[in-house]
Amino acid sequence: MVMKIMTIGDIVKLLECEVLCCADRLDSEVHTACGSDMMSDVLAFVKDQAVLLTGLLNPQVVRTAEMMDIICIVFVRGKKPDTAVVELAAQKNIAILSTGNRMFEACGRLYESGLRGGLSANTSGGDNAEGGS
Amino acid sequence: MNVLELHYDVPGDDFTRAGEASSAIKNKLKQMGISPNVIRNVAIATYEGEINMVIHANGGTIDVAIDSDAVTLLLKDTGDGIPDVELAMREGYTTAKEEIRALGFGAGMGLPNMKKYTDEFELTSEVGKGTEVKMKVYLNK
Ligand SMILES: Nc1ncnc2c1ncn2[C@@H]1O[C@H](COP(=O)(O)OP(=O)(O)O)[C@@H](O)[C@H]1O
Ligand SMILES: [Mg+2]
Repeated sequence: MVMKIMTIGDIVKLLECEVLCCADRLDSEVHTACGSDMMSDVLAFVKDQAVLLTGLLNPQVVRTAEMMDIICIVFVRGKKPDTAVVELAAQKNIAILSTGNRMFEACGRLYESGLRGGLSANTSGGDNAEGGS
Repeated sequence: MNVLELHYDVPGDDFTRAGEASSAIKNKLKQMGISPNVIRNVAIATYEGEINMVIHANGGTIDVAIDSDAVTLLLKDTGDGIPDVELAMREGYTTAKEEIRALGFGAGMGLPNMKKYTDEFELTSEVGKGTEVKMKVYLNK
């Protein structure tokens, strides 16, 4: 089923996630997604209102998300960051989800439901946020 | 608008704290009502630079000046310096070790990202002395 507008709550359902923080953000809209374990790639490519899927658990994942105004991080393969990382995310109002799905499976399910990467927007220079909301 | 100047020390011995200065700068710009596009570009540039100072030098300092035209960023460290700046600027070039890559950094995209997201970018480095990166992001584009 392809959804028109996806929310963090939809991601929770699609990927059978546990919500580790910011449950009050479940109604927030997600426009694009990025699956990566390389934070520089996230910094190079991410667009607005994005969700980040990653297998990395360190605090820099949250900091990278903060820099890019990413609204939600999904930790794949059942991984859960430690409480300090969850607290940092809570402070920045970034929802933290954990799914038992692997990266490929998780990205595939979201793609199937209509979510896209928004990769192409940044290839031409420093106008990455152009057209952002 | 008057010039507003901010100064941050970036500790070189604690990777988990890398990004705190960039976070503080981002919040400051938000409070000032700077446009989201400018904030995003400054955030990427300072964060990549801050990470570089932590993983490739022994920390350093970040100075920010905001006036009516631009956000000016000056990142300074007294690390080992960069022997071949042209090579370091290439996408994908990195000297980061495996343990840094395992943390999600060392893709060799930091300096290219910094150049790409800023309007002015100037890197000077001297082996054995340190590295200085001066960047500007214009406010009115
Ligand atoms: N502040 C610095 N001090 C010393 N070397 C640096 C510094 N910043 C960058 N470099 C060198 O330039 C290379 C490329 O940097 P960058 O593009 O940020 O990629 P990465 O950090 O992923 O290696 C680094 O691997 C390192 O050798
Ligand atoms: Mg770097």
